[in-house]
Formats: sequence, structure tokens, C-alpha cells
Amino acid sequence: MGGSTLTPATLIVERDGLDALIGELRAQHRTVLGPLVRDGVITHGEVTGIDDLPIGWTEQQSGGTYRLQPTGTDEIFAFSTPSESWKRYVHPPRALMLRARREGPAITVETPRPEPEPVAFFGVRSCDLAALGILDRVLLDPEATDPNYAVRRSDIFIVAAGCSTPAATCFCASMQTGPSPTSGFDLSIAELKGSEPLSYLIAAGTERGAEVLGLLPGRSATAADHEHATAVHDQAVAAMHRTLDAADPPRAAAAPEHPQWNDIAERCLACGNCTMVCPTCFCSSVEDTTSLDGNHTDRTRVWDSCFGLDFTHMHGGPTRTSIASRYRHWLLHKLVTWQDQFDSSGCVGCGRCITWCPVGIDLTAEIPKLARAATEVAP
Amino acid sequence: MTDTAAAVNAPSPMEPSMYRVTARDVESHDTVTLTLAPMADALPAPNPGQFFMLWAFGIGEAPISVAGVTADGSIVHTIRAVGAVTDALVALRPGDPVGMRGPYGTSWPVDAAAGADVLVVAGGLGLAPVRPVIDAIAADPSRFRSRRVLIGARTPGALLYPGASARWESQGVAVQRIVDRAGPDWTGPVGLITKLIEQSTLSEHTHAFLCGPEPMMRFSAMALIDQGVPPEQIWVSLERNMHCAYGHCGHCQLGSLFVCRDGPIVSWAAAQAVVRIPQR
Ligand SMILES: Cc1cc2nc3c(=O)[nH]c(=O)nc-3n(C[C@H](O)[C@H](O)[C@H](O)COP(=O)(O)OP(=O)(O)OC[C@H]3O[C@@H](n4cnc5c(N)ncnc54)[C@H](O)[C@@H]3O)c2cc1C
Ligand code: SF4
Ligand code: SF4
Ligand code: FES
Repeated sequence: MGGSTLTPATLIVERDGLDALIGELRAQHRTVLGPLVRDGVITHGEVTGIDDLPIGWTEQQSGGTYRLQPTGTDEIFAFSTPSESWKRYVHPPRALMLRARREGPAITVETPRPEPEPVAFFGVRSCDLAALGILDRVLLDPEATDPNYAVRRSDIFIVAAGCSTPAATCFCASMQTGPSPTSGFDLSIAELKGSEPLSYLIAAGTERGAEVLGLLPGRSATAADHEHATAVHDQAVAAMHRTLDAADPPRAAAAPEHPQWNDIAERCLACGNCTMVCPTCFCSSVEDTTSLDGNHTDRTRVWDSCFGLDFTHMHGGPTRTSIASRYRHWLLHKLVTWQDQFDSSGCVGCGRCITWCPVGIDLTAEIPKLARAATEVAP
Repeated sequence: MTDTAAAVNAPSPMEPSMYRVTARDVESHDTVTLTLAPMADALPAPNPGQFFMLWAFGIGEAPISVAGVTADGSIVHTIRAVGAVTDALVALRPGDPVGMRGPYGTSWPVDAAAGADVLVVAGGLGLAPVRPVIDAIAADPSRFRSRRVLIGARTPGALLYPGASARWESQGVAVQRIVDRAGPDWTGPVGLITKLIEQSTLSEHTHAFLCGPEPMMRFSAMALIDQGVPPEQIWVSLERNMHCAYGHCGHCQLGSLFVCRDGPIVSWAAAQAVVRIPQR
């Protein structure tokens, strides 16, 4: 956090203060994207005021299931991870990369840039904030930069929101990515669950965040407010039961041919849901589509999944033919080889892959089993 | 922290440069060697072992290794037609345009082999990506203690660059060729390329450059290690599905490696752990 140089650094607001915040971001001509209830889930979309937010809603998530539930309170942030991450806004499922036309012998090529669009991400969970940082490392690598990602990422005002009510699938605390945001935001909101009237501690992380904070109706935070926020954080950590022991993934990786991988493969449908909902999975395919007259070509980047058989297609067939090999590639990439490649984990502990797996495969349960099995065969 | 402001103005990594086919040599019924010259600005000169993404307009792209660079800076590629893109590339004629981006990937560490015994082992189309190594040692043979090239192919007709062997021989490079199945005119050895490796004199001073189908490289590397060649001095050219060539699409991953960026040229010391595991 930026800390003491920012004025004001923190503020206590009530609902009208949050509404004013959304209004102020909109007045800055930003499209404000935030959590909302749609199609029976909490997901992301454009919000115009706090009434669009999931007030009074939480959700129950577990392996293969997601259920909305009323909280009976007017808490706004009593849910955990929205069904979709922010990935689609910065790394869209389909993106035009090149457009070419042929006229006689001449070929002209353009590589379109998206228009820079000022947006605000409102209510970003700590795990998802970490995931954005991970995508940055992949797609803004100075050796290989995706300028279209850079454009989409260039003007995002980030309002983070700490979690008070983690889902049963969450394990951000053990991945050290949550439940409270610590950096990478302009503003960060902590809902002071149980306060009367229900209040929010907002902290600025950047100078422009502090400027916006200065425009909001509220009062300065007291030591008691900070203690309240800490208590909410501590309760959230205590409520999280899933964990991932950092020592286990390398053990699992050491036995890539152990039959335990087949045990997962017997359940996995290779549907790729886990990779679509994962906030850090970045893989894509590049497709050329050409008009019938053969003179116009569009090159599109499309999300792809390492669970597809075609993903490793080569002359002579795919290299990863078995589901076991594809699940192994995915899991070990997330938790082990990502570390070698990008100096970070590829998993932030958001739990989406557990919830949205139709057969409820849970990496936090599989990893210890694989690690144990690997240790048992060791000489 | 990454500099988003600068990244916004970075050139698109997908931007191709337009080249033109200036020569087309037929190697076999499905394989041609194309010479490509830039229509406007040339791309940076490739190092031996690197590859370009070649774009057949209206069809798509394919990664193709550099088989040579001519005196005027044109790029030479040998391409086998195995699918939509390579069919279209093989069908190109002199004068036709082709899009190029690159060069990409790691290179064969030829300079590190100076003063040592150089062994090149090529199977089938694998001769194309190591050809720049052979050309480099043939151009300056005295830099290396000894120079030996082993070439394998299914049939005599599938041996690439038939004229080149005699030239390399005349430049002080020992060339041996072997085929799986001999034809009526074949008087040379028949069998797997590992047979030639077993007959060679090798030592810890050997630097080996291997290119061909993965099983062939695996067996060759094992045969080399049996004869005392350190895995750090054995180099292989890996092949995986590739869509972007710059580390973003994820298709080429092999363990921790992005083959497009950390390969295609990898030491056996680094490759063996992943390559030996089936379906990795
Ligand atoms: C680093 C590298 C260097 C190569 N050098 C040469 C060379 O010098 N000469 C040559 O003839 N071939 C070379 N290849 C193989 C060549 O790239 C493939 O044969 C080609 O991509 C096949 O595409 P296609 O559309 O013709 O075939 P299809 O079978 O129709 O392929 C469909 C898709 O699968 C992918 N694909 C299929 N086979 C491969 C493959 N072997 N490698 C990567 N992607 C594949 C492509 O993305 C393609 O779009 C090289 C491959 C790599 C990775
Ligand atoms: S692997 Fe699963 S828990 Fe980890 S970041 Fe991806 S979706 Fe979330
Ligand atoms: S782990 Fe689950 S979500 Fe992922 S591919 Fe397998 S079945 Fe689908
Ligand atoms: S080819 Fe796209 S990451 Fe290597």
C-alpha cells in the first residue's frame, strides 16, 4: 500500500459513499465493471450504482456446484469469487490480431489496436488482483509483449474489495494471495461486517485513488475501525478450510508416471472448464479465416485449452493423447512449471476450477494424494 | 514492474514482413527448398537453428527452420507438405509472396564447439535445420579438431541436398549416409543411424548436433552418452505444435520449456528429463 504520502489515505463511508464512488468513476468517463447477479450466479458486468451490486446475496460453492443464497442482511460484499474472472476484459476470448487483403500481386496487412477505453474494475477480489499481476508477467514480458493486452490494461482504475465470506472452495490464504488486498489497487474496500450503520473502510493505494477518495462523503477512520477490519480479515482466514501445502506440488511433479494420475483421468472429462474459468490460464489458438473469394483474411486469437486433444497436434498425431497426460500438464503447469517460467505460481487459490468442474475434481485434494503416492514409491 | 505505457506502443508481434520466392528446388515428391528474399526491409539475420513463421496468405502459418542464408541475405527453407499450410507453401512458385516473422528461438552453439570434435546427426527432414551447422564448419574447417556428419533417411530418394555431400567432403567434412531401405542403386550402408554412431570414434571432446524425429534423437543421444559424450555437449532440435512463436499461446510447452522461446535447440542435459516421459 502507498501509505502515508497519500492524502487522505483512508476513509470510512456508508452505502451512499460507495454509490458516490461509482458515480465519480462514471463522471471520469469510465465504464464501471463490477459484481452483479445474472443467470443465477454472481458474475461481472457494467454497474451504474450500488443497486446493481449483489446486495444481500452470497453463494455456496463446492466441487461441481454453485448456489446463490440470500444473506438476510444488506451486506454488499458477502460473496467470494464471481463465476467469471476479469480475464475476459484484458485478454478477451476472441481478439482480432491481423487483417490482410490481397489485390492482384499486392498484399496489405494491418495489425489493429483496440481503442484505449477508460474502465474501472469495482470490487476486485484479492485473488483476482493477484491473477491480473500474473497475466501481466506473461503478456507484458519485455521479451514478448502483447500490445493489445497493454492497451486494455493501460487505463483501469482498480477498486479492490477484501473478502469477509470466503466460499468453501477458496484457498487464497494458503496461496498468500488473500483474502485482503495488499497492493495493485487504486482503492481498496473493506466491508466492516456487523457495523452499525454498515460501513466501509476505504484505503487508497495510489495518488489518483486518494484524489477520488477526497471527493467522497465520509469520516476519517479511527483505530477501532482498523481493528474491525482486521477482525473481519482474521475471521475470513479462519473460515477458509481448503489449503495447498507448497511442498506437495514438487513431490507430485517428481512422479509424473505414477498410476495416481490415472485415478484422476478416470473422472476428468477433459471438458476444459477449469481452464476457461481460471483467471490465469492464458493459452490461445491463432486462426486465419479467409473470405470465399480468397482475398480477405482475418487472424483471430481465441482462448484454447490444454485439455483439447488438438492442442498438441503434430504431423503424426498429438503428443498428449491420454487425459492423464493432459490433466498432468495442466496441474503441473499451474503449480510447478509456471514457477520456473514466470517466477510465480500459476494458481491464486480462487477455487473456480473446483466449482466449475462438472465432476467436482478438486486440485487441493488431488495434490496431496499425488504427493503421498509419489513419496510411497520413492526408494 | 512492467512498463504498460511503453508496451502500448510496442509493434505487433504478429506483424509479418513480406518476402518473395526467388528460387524453388524440388527435393522429392513432397519436399521443396525455397529461397526467399525480402520485398522491403529484411528481418534480422537468423542464427543457425532458429526458425521463422511462414505465412501462406489465406491458409495460415507454420514454423519452418532456417536451412541456410545466401550470400545476399536471402533465407533458405526446406519444406515438406504434410497439411494445409505446408501444402500451400510447397506449391509456391518463384515470384509468389510469402509472409515471414522471426527469427525465433535458440540456436545451435557452433562457436562453443571450436577446437573440439564436431558430430552432426540428421534424420530425414532433420537435415534442413542442422544444415547451417554443417555449412559453418565446412566454411572454416580448421576451427574444429574433427568434422563428421551422419545422415539417415528412409530411402535413398528421401536424402536431401544430394549435391551438398560431395561439396562438404571436399571442404574437409566426413559425410556418411545410411538408409532404412536400399534401392537398386544404393551401395552404402543400410540400417538405423545409431549403427553409424556406434562405428564412430567419440569422446568427451565431442560436441554433437542432433536433428530428426524425436525417437531417433533419443536413441542417438543415448548411444552418444554410452560412448562418453557429456549430455551438456549434445544438442537437439525439438518440435512441438506452435501457434504464436513468442511464448503467449502455450501450445509448444514441454515441461517448463516453451519450445518456441527456450528451444527449439536444447541441450540433452535439459531435454532428457522431459523428453523421456511419454506424452509430456
Ligand atoms: C521449430 C520447428 C521447426 C520446423 N521446421 C520445419 C522445416 O524446416 N520444414 C518442414 O517441412 N517442417 C518444419 N516443421 C514442421 C511444420 O511446422 C509442420 O509440418 C507444419 O506446422 C504443419 O502445418 P500444416 O498446416 O501443413 O499441417 P496440419 O497437419 O494441417 O496442421 C494443422 C495445424 O497443426 C499444427 N501442426 C501440425 N504439425 C505440426 C508440427 N510438426 N509442428 C508444429 N505444429 C504443427 C499447425 O499449427 C497447423 O496449423 C517445424 C516445426 C517446428 C515446431
Ligand atoms: S487453478 Fe483453480 S484455484 Fe488456481 S487460480 Fe486457476 S481456477 Fe483458481
Ligand atoms: S478437471 Fe474438471 S473442469 Fe477440468 S477438464 Fe477435467 S472435468 Fe473439465
Ligand atoms: S508457440 Fe506459442 S507459446 Fe510457444
